[in-house]
Amino acid sequence: MSELTLTVIRLGFLAVLWLFVLTTVSVMRSDLFGRRVAPRPAAQRAAPAPRATRPPKPVKGRRGEPSVLVVTQGALAGTSVRLGQAPVTLGRAQDSTIVLDDDYVSTHHARLFPRDGQWLVEDLGSTNGTYLERAKVSGPTPVKIGVPIRIGKTTVELRK
Amino acid sequence: MNARAVGGRNPRNAELVLLVFALAIAMAAYASVGLARNGAIPPGMAGYGAGLGLLFGIAHVALRRFAPDADPVLLPAAALINGLGLAMIHRLDLADIDRAQRLGRHTPTPSAPAQLTWTAVGVVLFIAVLLLVRDHRVLQRFTYTAMLAGLVLLLLPLMPFIGTTINGARIWIHAAGFSFQPGELAKLVLLVFYAGYLVVKRDVLALASRRVLGVDLPRMRDLGPIIVAWAASLAVLIFERDLGSSLLFFGVFVAMLYVATERRSWLLIGLVLFFSGSFLAWTLFAHVQQRVDIWLHPFAARNISDSSYQLVQGLFGMGSGGLLGKGLGQGRPDIVPFAKTDFIVAAIGEELGLTGLMALLLVYAIMVQRGLRTAVAVRDSFGKLLAAGLAFSVALQVFVVVGGVTRLIPLTGLTMPFLSYGGSSLVANWALIAMLLRISDAARRPTPPPAPALDQAKTQVVRL
Repeated sequence: MSELTLTVIRLGFLAVLWLFVLTTVSVMRSDLFGRRVAPRPAAQRAAPAPRATRPPKPVKGRRGEPSVLVVTQGALAGTSVRLGQAPVTLGRAQDSTIVLDDDYVSTHHARLFPRDGQWLVEDLGSTNGTYLERAKVSGPTPVKIGVPIRIGKTTVELRK
Repeated sequence: MNARAVGGRNPRNAELVLLVFALAIAMAAYASVGLARNGAIPPGMAGYGAGLGLLFGIAHVALRRFAPDADPVLLPAAALINGLGLAMIHRLDLADIDRAQRLGRHTPTPSAPAQLTWTAVGVVLFIAVLLLVRDHRVLQRFTYTAMLAGLVLLLLPLMPFIGTTINGARIWIHAAGFSFQPGELAKLVLLVFYAGYLVVKRDVLALASRRVLGVDLPRMRDLGPIIVAWAASLAVLIFERDLGSSLLFFGVFVAMLYVATERRSWLLIGLVLFFSGSFLAWTLFAHVQQRVDIWLHPFAARNISDSSYQLVQGLFGMGSGGLLGKGLGQGRPDIVPFAKTDFIVAAIGEELGLTGLMALLLVYAIMVQRGLRTAVAVRDSFGKLLAAGLAFSVALQVFVVVGGVTRLIPLTGLTMPFLSYGGSSLVANWALIAMLLRISDAARRPTPPPAPALDQAKTQVVRL
């Protein structure tokens, strides 16, 4: 074995060892920078959980009726959910419409649902509560357009 | 890569890729030892690779079958360290055989095949743990059984006939031609006990306190458990002369106490007890004084050719390795006494250099991080405490060994998890990883979808 070959083997081995470390780190990367809740490409954004939320027939809103729920603050800021007839659930559970990966959010935290032409928000017995503007939501409460609903570190609101 | 690794895909596939990678590195290490020493790929390579590949493959299949959602990184990390350790032990075997031939002595039995056999035993235990412990919460039922078992295992070496003293430490038992260090298994069992005990007592230990000088001090009677743990680890130190284990048992207990209660005062009390215990041991025991003297004055004339020879040779070895190392098979790590066990870190440092040693330490760090991450993610307190304890015990053990070899702290004599030659340690660490994987499987398992509403459930008309 020539000196050169051995040197190449020696350095190559170190490089491969570090490559292993880096590969491992890239596998764990998702954990280091927070888990991606669900792959949400732009096209899918409107209906993250298709089965639960895709409205059977989008009700063409009368004027003044909300048509979309927008996340304005928090890790999912920018995400929007088109509103239909189905209720929208928020929480850490994987089957929620909006899955919030936040320590201050309960598994099944809150629910928004339509009744008699208006949307209501209801807290599902969460630990840290749901706030409509500054008031804690205790029972089903009507939500007006543009009024922030705060859940943990996340704020959502209804828009036209 | 980023979204694929976790986004609902099977973590086992990522694990398989990493595992093949780890195996390839272990094989490359083995081959490069042969190339450097004899200029040829060693003849035993195929058997060695097949054996190791088979073992890791079986472990991987077992995970696919019994813990499909477990962390994908833990097993490859363990496999890499184990494989690298095997290659290093084989390399030191070759050096031992060379020396024996030069001196015309009897050729020593090589250690690498034995280590491979122990790896097999370890993997069997790994699978057994995954099979027997289908839900880690079951272990909580055995809290006090675990305490009893742990104490018995700790005391076994002190029994007459089966207990033996090797190299000054009475931590071995001999039975039926086998020798074993029960302390390694005692570590695992005691961790189960610590976790089970602290889950129940955490509220008392966290809440009842008096505030003195800005520190929340617990009530005197709540100090019981920590005093008992302290006394027990001092007993290990005194009667078994095992500095490392003593430090490990107490350190892990204090860390778990902190995790359970979130009280910094326990750390403070733990440190005070630790330092007072260390001081006590130092004043009373000659062998502790000698360890401290070696640590502080390794190059003193009274030590260098005798008691600190090992430490100094290890330091010179790592020094000659430098940044990039001598290359596998090209250094002289065999000069250091006990290079295969206590000083394998120095051997790695000499042949792979600082670069290689850092990579190795990072793999340990990744292992520990995955363990702690599991502790954060798992949904039950017992699992959290147990995972945190298991991960911390690996971290502390690595710190104590590397700290000792690099002269940061006094030398104690623990094994490097998965790396050092030694069956008891290897087998116990495979069981440890199995337990971590079991908890991580529970932590990462997706929550089941909600039961379908009654009106959507499948119905069937039953014709009568």
